[in-house]
Amino acid sequence: MTNVRVAGVGLTHFGSHPERTSRDLFAEAGAVALEDAGVPREDVESVFYGNFMGEVAEHQGHTGPLAAEALGVRAPATRYESACASSGVALRQAVKDVRNGEADVLVVGGAERMSHVGTDETTEGLAIAADDLYEVRAGLTFPGAYGLMARAYFEEHGGSREDLAHIAVKNHANAVGNEHAQYQKEITVEQALDSPTVASPLHLYDACPITDGASAAVLVSDDYADEHDLDAPVAVTGTGQGGDMMALQDRASMAASPAADDAAAEAYDDAGIDADDVDLAEVHDCFTIAEVLAVESLGFAERGDGITAAREGETRKDGRIPVNLSGGLKAKGHPVGATGVSQLAEVTSLLRGDHHNSDAVSGARVGVAHNAGGTVASATVHVLEVLD
Amino acid sequence: MARDAGYDDFLDALADGTGYYLACENDHGSLPPRRVCPRCGGDLREEPLPETGDVASYTEVHVATPSFVDDAPYVTAVVDFGPVNLTGILRGVDADDVETGMTVTVGVDGGASAEGEAGGDGGETGDAETERSVVFEPR
Repeated sequence: MTNVRVAGVGLTHFGSHPERTSRDLFAEAGAVALEDAGVPREDVESVFYGNFMGEVAEHQGHTGPLAAEALGVRAPATRYESACASSGVALRQAVKDVRNGEADVLVVGGAERMSHVGTDETTEGLAIAADDLYEVRAGLTFPGAYGLMARAYFEEHGGSREDLAHIAVKNHANAVGNEHAQYQKEITVEQALDSPTVASPLHLYDACPITDGASAAVLVSDDYADEHDLDAPVAVTGTGQGGDMMALQDRASMAASPAADDAAAEAYDDAGIDADDVDLAEVHDCFTIAEVLAVESLGFAERGDGITAAREGETRKDGRIPVNLSGGLKAKGHPVGATGVSQLAEVTSLLRGDHHNSDAVSGARVGVAHNAGGTVASATVHVLEVLD
Repeated sequence: MARDAGYDDFLDALADGTGYYLACENDHGSLPPRRVCPRCGGDLREEPLPETGDVASYTEVHVATPSFVDDAPYVTAVVDFGPVNLTGILRGVDADDVETGMTVTVGVDGGASAEGEAGGDGGETGDAETERSVVFEPR
């Protein structure tokens, strides 16, 4: 079976671009990825595209072909939607296609335009990732759902708002120097604690921002990389996906993310690694509590211990397992459909050594990307490794 | 507002005080609309919903969607009724006094912009176009 080589990656600036369509954002990220790969457009055999709220935010469905067209590629294109894991699941399908020998050159990515519709409409748009009948009609928002999870975690395992604040502080610090990041400034624990309540116990600084942006990557087979003498040292060596009941009320526990447990187990097994082999990770910290659940699902902390991982320095830049060296969704931003592949782009850059935080993980060989949809009713985990 | 078969029948029953849940031969609880048990695929029967449940988790929502913006801040809770949990708006108690484990009863509110019985500050009455919500009150 061929390796799935990451030949090139591309990102737009993540932030507020209210006048730019998602097709335009994707065109930019895709062009950067193709340039980075040194792969001509005409070699692209298919486009895998993640987008969540095109219908709600841009009155636009059927966004796959539109993405390919914006990229200047005439090839079959499919849009994948799995809420905030949209491009994570697109990536997984692209990886399978290369492995199966269906294609030698694919573009995978995603885009989202959100800021132009305002906070109320975006709150409503994001809420459709929850169960409409049993959650949205009970007044549950996306932050509200994670508020329920945070409270449940505190009840089950202990922990405090201050523990969560340390995660926000860490991720903001990591984003300093990331030219793609929405927020490139440090914050303090006090600022996080004093920020306004969004959905208790979560406050504004526990939440990722509303973000416009796009991501793209060029995946190629070993044969193509060799024939074209590409410099593509990083490969996707493991892929996993998990699922769960949509509504939090139907889960055995609201203080865990079993879909991500399953995705991690599958991806590690696929790559033939253990959690101990992982040098760094980009995880889906749409809210600070989500990073806690992620580091536990990925096996970087025991269940109930993830809450203090940032506070005790374990997941910091100089810690045992640096998490979200990009700044994470919290500081880098979360253009929903673009997030999964943006994590792939960050991990690839970190492993290649051309990331603003590469010095913190020099010699790193194994990285993981964890992407979650909704309240983790869907999750993907991908393992990336530097090939010998 | 179009009815959602199964779900609106369930709300009608809750409003009448005859709430139910669905159970399979393995006694997994679930809520309608369901054709089969979501856990094991088994056949379903209706069982009476216990009259009270305990708050499993809650959040006070400050930033609401447009349909709930007039109600904010409000408390949304997940309540454990044993075989099933239900999510709803918790009324009749100050947010600072809500605790997990608190025992509540369940009912149905006429809509997001309508006032629940415990709301009492003279808002709009039930509007045919507003969606109904599951509501809880302390016992």
